[in-house]
Amino acid sequence: MGAPPDPLIPQLYRVSRAQRELADTVTLELVPHDGARPAFQPGQFNMLYAFGIGEVAISLSGDPNDRRTFVHTVRDVGAVSGAIARLTTGATVGLRGPFGQGWPIARAEGADVVIVAGGLGLAPLRPAIYQVLGNRSRYGRVVILVGSRNPQDLLFRHELEQWRQRLDVDIGVTVDHADPEWRGNVGVVPALIPRAPFDPHDTVALICGPEIMMRFSANALRDAGVAADRIYLSMERNMKCAIGLCGHCQFGPDFICKDGPVMRYDRIAPILAVREI
Amino acid sequence: MPDIEHILKEHPFFAGLPPAQGKLIAGCARNHMFNAGQYLFHEGEPANEFFVIRHGHVALEIVAPGQAPLVFATLGQGEIVGASWLVPPYRWTFDARAVELTRAIGIDAACLRGKCEADHDLGYAMMKRFLSVLVQRLHATRLQILDIYGKR
Amino acid sequence: MERSSATTAVISADALQGLIDALAARRYQVVGPTVRDGAIVNDTIAGVGDLPAGWTDRQEAGRYRLEQRADGALFGFAVGPQSWKRFLHPPVETLWTARKDDTGVTIAAVPKTNEKFAFIGVRACELHAIAIQDRVFCEGPYPDVAYAMRRRDAFIVAVNCGEAGGTCFCASMQTGPKAESGFDLALTELLDGDTHEFLVEVGSDAGSEVLAELSHRPASHAQLAAADAVVACTASRMGRSLSTDGLKELLQANPNHSRWDAIAERCLTCGNCTMVCPTCFCTTVEDHSDLTDASAERIRKWDSCFTMDFSFIHGGSVRKSTKARYRQWMTHKLANWIDQFGTSGCIGCGRCITWCPVGIDITEEAAAIRAAPQTAKGA
Repeated sequence: MGAPPDPLIPQLYRVSRAQRELADTVTLELVPHDGARPAFQPGQFNMLYAFGIGEVAISLSGDPNDRRTFVHTVRDVGAVSGAIARLTTGATVGLRGPFGQGWPIARAEGADVVIVAGGLGLAPLRPAIYQVLGNRSRYGRVVILVGSRNPQDLLFRHELEQWRQRLDVDIGVTVDHADPEWRGNVGVVPALIPRAPFDPHDTVALICGPEIMMRFSANALRDAGVAADRIYLSMERNMKCAIGLCGHCQFGPDFICKDGPVMRYDRIAPILAVREI
Repeated sequence: MPDIEHILKEHPFFAGLPPAQGKLIAGCARNHMFNAGQYLFHEGEPANEFFVIRHGHVALEIVAPGQAPLVFATLGQGEIVGASWLVPPYRWTFDARAVELTRAIGIDAACLRGKCEADHDLGYAMMKRFLSVLVQRLHATRLQILDIYGKR
Repeated sequence: MERSSATTAVISADALQGLIDALAARRYQVVGPTVRDGAIVNDTIAGVGDLPAGWTDRQEAGRYRLEQRADGALFGFAVGPQSWKRFLHPPVETLWTARKDDTGVTIAAVPKTNEKFAFIGVRACELHAIAIQDRVFCEGPYPDVAYAMRRRDAFIVAVNCGEAGGTCFCASMQTGPKAESGFDLALTELLDGDTHEFLVEVGSDAGSEVLAELSHRPASHAQLAAADAVVACTASRMGRSLSTDGLKELLQANPNHSRWDAIAERCLTCGNCTMVCPTCFCTTVEDHSDLTDASAERIRKWDSCFTMDFSFIHGGSVRKSTKARYRQWMTHKLANWIDQFGTSGCIGCGRCITWCPVGIDITEEAAAIRAAPQTAKGA
């Protein structure tokens, strides 16, 4: 086993598969040019580099047991993410990582697991879902709640339908608005929480999505009786070096790149409510 | 109607109501069943009755010309459909459509309003419950209009 | 830099040239204070003649002027706008270069240069600043290798301050005025009429080796006492003070204090404070490519949390208002830094006070928040 690569230098990866998920969202599977893909924890992220344009932090969205590829679900929201999202099979991309603290899946063993995903937030949670469902007997009830703008923007819809077919998982899906063809829930994700089938006194909750959605979902979980130190959010801030040296990703005293992105709710609750922090 | 009284007593919305008040409300209530696609009420119609869902799924919609109806909320088991009966001019603001087979208790609005005027304790108990539901819906609606998943 | 037994000696002011020569002979790039553009800056020096003999500085909030001294002291000033940060943590650095051609893409690290620095005139507070940046860059999960090499290869000649600056508060921060450790040699300037000499304290084996090449003699009790007196006098004349008791909790608990709004009325978000601060370490990266897309490089540059882009995420910057950006800087420096790195980020050098165009003084702001905690607008 060689020395770990210099964390400042992008390693070269090739796009082995590019799958369109939504109009502006693509899932890429990446294989390293040389050597084996490093191991990763669900919840971690890589810095993806588009030649000459720049880097962007993207969470891993694939199965940690797949030792061959890194899977990333990318939405086109800017110059770099747009360039990455437009890569085709065979293209080369630079990659640094994986970085960050992941979802506390081991800590959830023996408890009920509630996963709350909003919009693109389902992507960083998907590796955790794979890991939980892959070792299903280690957990109590498993509840997955997904919110989206409308039915057309539902991410991984096919997989959601597959998971729904399992008898040992409860899936709740809601959209902000829909046309009458949609026979599911219409409303915000936090509203699904009071009626979801989990024991709040023995639950670990993982939340990912727009910050507003995460705040209100955490409130709803707290109202339902889940302890503040058993709720986890995946936070996002400006990311440059991803290794704790450039200072950009600070959120209060924490660096999102090394103390996060997954953060325990009781630690961040006081500053979540502060404007512009 | 003893079994409606019993059903209402078991319903979470009326939990904690003294039996005498439960009886008063039951006096205004009757059973309903809506098939999938059937409308509970339409925008503009008099708000004569509001509904307590026993099981099923109801979608609230708005229709605009040239567009498919927009569903902005769905309500399910245990929830209350209809708030316009509480305030003049007592007319429905939206359409309500059963998404699947839905069983509900309908409570006559004029009957209940009359009883609340006559018995202020009953009135206060009902207002407290409705206010709580409306505040929750207001908060949820505010989150919805932020369109947090949209591009900015 | 291990400290050998507290060896002291005395050298004459003339012997300083020998010190500079000995370091140059060992291939150090000798950097020291010199007068330029109306300020005392740190730059490469060839000899004693480049030092700011007979100059002192008058510093106040938003004000810096050089003045002639009545004597010829070589280090008779406090601190200039820059510290040693720009040598150990360069403002611009190429991280890697990349090439793209028919065979594919290659990305290569930039070969390390073998430059090593000898710093002449590092103040006690600046030694602490260097130690603070050592913790930032070397003790995290991903150490900055280039920084670590520059640090390892640096030779440090400290100087104990004979003048307290108008905005200095090292005594409050317990970072001076006496240099305690972290140096190879430490000098205290002793100027008495015609006698101009330096008490030398050895701080390491490397320092001892260099001292051996200079003509020196043992320190007398009188000289040791004189050196102590210099430091004691400086300590008693601090221009500012800062109470650090409970300061971390105070600032972290008051993000909505009305004082932040008051500061925001004055702050220009110019970022001067971050540029002159010896511990500010934030950087950004820029990706450049040529027009043919055949080559690319990544450059790291100093950055400031005062820029609008600093906190940009898709949709906009998290910290748009002046209030939020100033609050971030001061709370990070005096409070969050302690959670992150175990010490305050502030060394009490006063540069941010001196070089702020509107004269914002963090000691005054901290005192104002302390005097009226939890004040909420409209409460």
